[in-house]
Amino acid sequence: MSAPFDIAIVGGGIMGCATALRLADGGMTAVILDQGDLGQGASGVNAGTLSLQIKRVALMPYALRGHREWQAMGDAVGFHRTGGYTLAFTADEAALLQERQALKAAAGAPISFVSPNELFTHEPHLARKVAAASFCAEDGYANASLTGAYYRARLSAAGVPYRERQEVRDISRTQGTYDLVTPGGTIRARRILLAAGAWLRPLASHLGVDLPVRARVNTVSVTERQPPLLGSVIGHATGLLTMKQKPNGTLLIGGGWQGAGQPQDGRGQVRMDTLRPNLALAQHVVPALAKARILRSWTGFEANVPDFYPLAGSLPGLEDAFVLGCVRGGYTIGPYIGKLMGDLILGRELELPLFDPGRDFERTDP
Amino acid sequence: MTGDLDTDVAVLGAGPAGGNAALGAARAGLRVALVDEQQDAGGQVWRAKGKAIRAAPETPESRAGSQLRALIAASAVDHLADTRLWQIERHGPAWRLGLLQGGEPVQLTARALVVASGAREFVQPVPGWTTPGVLGLAGATALLKRDMVVPGAATIVAGTGPLVFFTAAEIRRLGGHVQAIVTPNTRADWMRALPAMLVRPDLLARGARWMADLALSGVPIHWGHALSRVIGEDRVVGAEVHPLDSDWRPAGPVREIAADSLCLGNGLVPSIEAAQLAGCPIRHDPALGGWVPDADDEGKTPVDGLFVCGDGAGIRGAAAAAYQGSLAGQGVARFLGAQVPGIGPRHLRRYRRAAAFGRAMTALSAPRPGLSSLIDDATVLCRCEGVTSGALRQAIAAGATSANATKSGLRCGMGPCGGAYCQTAVTRQIAVSTGRSEGEVPPPTARPPLRPVPLGGLAGDIAYEDLPIPKPAPL
Repeated sequence: MSAPFDIAIVGGGIMGCATALRLADGGMTAVILDQGDLGQGASGVNAGTLSLQIKRVALMPYALRGHREWQAMGDAVGFHRTGGYTLAFTADEAALLQERQALKAAAGAPISFVSPNELFTHEPHLARKVAAASFCAEDGYANASLTGAYYRARLSAAGVPYRERQEVRDISRTQGTYDLVTPGGTIRARRILLAAGAWLRPLASHLGVDLPVRARVNTVSVTERQPPLLGSVIGHATGLLTMKQKPNGTLLIGGGWQGAGQPQDGRGQVRMDTLRPNLALAQHVVPALAKARILRSWTGFEANVPDFYPLAGSLPGLEDAFVLGCVRGGYTIGPYIGKLMGDLILGRELELPLFDPGRDFERTDP
Repeated sequence: MTGDLDTDVAVLGAGPAGGNAALGAARAGLRVALVDEQQDAGGQVWRAKGKAIRAAPETPESRAGSQLRALIAASAVDHLADTRLWQIERHGPAWRLGLLQGGEPVQLTARALVVASGAREFVQPVPGWTTPGVLGLAGATALLKRDMVVPGAATIVAGTGPLVFFTAAEIRRLGGHVQAIVTPNTRADWMRALPAMLVRPDLLARGARWMADLALSGVPIHWGHALSRVIGEDRVVGAEVHPLDSDWRPAGPVREIAADSLCLGNGLVPSIEAAQLAGCPIRHDPALGGWVPDADDEGKTPVDGLFVCGDGAGIRGAAAAAYQGSLAGQGVARFLGAQVPGIGPRHLRRYRRAAAFGRAMTALSAPRPGLSSLIDDATVLCRCEGVTSGALRQAIAAGATSANATKSGLRCGMGPCGGAYCQTAVTRQIAVSTGRSEGEVPPPTARPPLRPVPLGGLAGDIAYEDLPIPKPAPL
């Protein structure tokens, strides 16, 4: 029997891959197992928004560092720093925006308010109904579709093996080694990291740990190529819209409108009763979109726990077992928190604290 | 939505299969809505002639189509013509369909669903196949049937199975000039298919008439050959033609044929996206044209209240599709506790006979593995996004070994056609490059809308004040 890996990472999304790269850099042998293809879960199907304006206040230090990671990844992930506007259309929304952006600015995000006229100078295709707008020059996007291809290349260069379409069916531990049962055989490793996003709960149950992981079913849509309509990332005060135009002219429309389905049943489903208001809101913001044809709408599972803070640390009650996931704004923060996770496993000092998976999830602070 | 409709049975697609399924379910006393994108029922094969050519001579297809259209008009079937289906949802036991009528969103709720989505053509990519002047065989026949327009002054008709001869005969009938027929099939392939064809002497006789016409007119037929390259920069000026070995790999000297237009096709592929969206499991069956929904003869699927029939359930041809439509009509009626009068074992026998004929044609049409070696690295596979075979090969070598992965990494299948035209070639290349069978490389996940739809048509007239805004996310 071959020597066990230093660590087996279950889940080949951004979190798992970024951790693996950090661990390989630190001299550990890692293997990644994914039930599907790398980067085809939330990491690959989200709308790719990199916006400090929609991050949680307590996660802002992580998001700021996450932005730097994406900038360094650059063209290979389709990174664009465009600046972003968040819009309010009513007095109530304007008040909500003022209150929330003030707290985020205090947490370190360079957010300011701009006048509607200044906004329309930069974004002439927006509806002239905007009551208030905040701006953050750090905002932008990357192309989530490229996540899988990017990490395959990085892992290959780092010599980290990954095994796709290898669902982990059981995990047991004998004599200090974890045995992970997959269709392609049993993988042995001294440590284990669960980084399987919305699929964490059934996975952790193999280890006798109950993680209260739930999934949101976020909807994203894309249009056909359009003439230039937007230069920056556009959001809405309620958080119910993200919009950007890619260099190829297509527009991506998100905002967390909820589809249907459960992670264990495969991919989720788009629902007309949420897709239609999502698109109506987009059309309200950019009226010229009415004629743009929608090519595709899809959903992705975004995992969370009841306090909406990350799971990032040792699994309670187990040795050499770790979990990383449920990071709100996980696309932005993933490459950075993966590095932190790697540092934790390598026994290094952490630049920022992680989030104890054994905490009381009913409390409101992490 | 603007208009909400409610029915017992929704039938998706008004071709031979869907039309007959709708008629059957209506005869059982059920309320039936027949949804179709075209103005007239008939689908692709039984397509109605355009207004300009109503006086043109009848064919067996136009007669069958006219008969179907008359029966639907005289029935209680609610024919939702000019209607685009874009979404299929399950809500408890009911189906909810997203439709677009005259640019307005309409929601149709049904107790049971019959998907009769038909087929699309597989065109084997070869160098130069995207040059203007190249048409698909099926696309060309649609043009001939509807508008009676021939593709050019001198046309090469190339490809597999019976459609190549049908298309050539139709071009000649409408006064066009067929420069040459190029088909990978040999005379021996056709002789081997003969026993299966004898079950439908009428269809066999028709084929014989095309062949006789082509022989008498002296159209050269290059048996056992493939069109291997289209010549011409911004328009077709000719083509290279290669003899093939038994695996359909090019073998022997190339020759050039001059032409100003080309019709090219290599069999049909079931359109399964609607069935996938309805949650139907799929399986790979090369004898039925590739990936098909899991279904029995009556079109019953493992999903409660979901039936599939016609070429969308596996390529068996229009004659079999009509019978299977009736069987699916009976199946869906029975599912809802009703009975279609006059559908019995005799019907099933007729279906099986027609299906045997259709399957023999599908077998003749199916490309053999060597044919894909005609592709070179510069050959475009995904036309919408301009993805070449070379780019795909590199992506596969870098680890993108599933249709979802190549779609994400390269955008092949992300354009307006949604992968309809490239998927078969892409998954085939993944299978070949990774040493797997085609059945181990499933198509990408199906997503709505089933066809591109204007955003304004989906948004409808929802006012800003009426948007359902949940409470904001935690700070």
